[in-house]
Amino acid sequence: MVMVLAVTPASANPVFRALADPTRRAIFEELTRQGEQTVHALTEYAGVSQPAVSKHLTVLKRAKLVRHRRAGRETHYRAEPHALAPMVNWLNLYGAFWRNRFDKLEDLLKRMDS
Amino acid sequence: MTEVATTRSLIVERVFPYPPEKLWRALTESPLLAQWMMNNDFEPVVGHKFQFRADPMPNWNGIVDCEVLVVEPLKQLSYNWGVGGAESGLQWVVEFTLTPADGGTHVRMEQSGFGADQQAAYQGANYGWQRFFANLERVLGEPA
Repeated sequence: MVMVLAVTPASANPVFRALADPTRRAIFEELTRQGEQTVHALTEYAGVSQPAVSKHLTVLKRAKLVRHRRAGRETHYRAEPHALAPMVNWLNLYGAFWRNRFDKLEDLLKRMDS
Repeated sequence: MTEVATTRSLIVERVFPYPPEKLWRALTESPLLAQWMMNNDFEPVVGHKFQFRADPMPNWNGIVDCEVLVVEPLKQLSYNWGVGGAESGLQWVVEFTLTPADGGTHVRMEQSGFGADQQAAYQGANYGWQRFFANLERVLGEPA
């Protein structure tokens, strides 16, 4: 039954993939810290080119981790922390998986001779 | 905030009342490993590719694809942990650290995630995830 936990939930996958990149994690974190930011400000923060930042933002947007709005020539982005929920659930499940494995390991150690 | 506490439980630690030698056997001898993890063709050799196999089920073929990354006898063992194939799946690193403790051995299991394209940078990615999880509390604490 616990093997079910090894299944990748489709809803968590895009979130993990989006956050697998350190620069995207940094951008997402910055948005959760500072609130809404322009692409311009995020580019300065990330220290990479604006096209690169835009590309990262597109990936985050696809995972629904950020939302954007246009105001004049600037695009503003904000974090959507609740989109992390599938990942948190997934991590909780894996935590339970490993605690269960440790219980089984303890049983095995008891049965071993030396 | 109970969510966050369990998020951090991706690090699972326990002291087992046995010497490191015994823990190391349970972690690295394939038939013993099978008894608490899953059927496997593990070998404690860096670069060795192996699989954990469970019964297939809907949405999962029952296979975890692994590659041994670190073998430091009685101290540290780590391997990749891939679920769902290279194309669409997820890659993780599972790392066991053994430390002699009062009356036994302290075992620390850490599972961290990183993209399949980032294997070379895995130490850095590992650190990044740790920080990210540590910050989750603050992130999730704010109204969405």
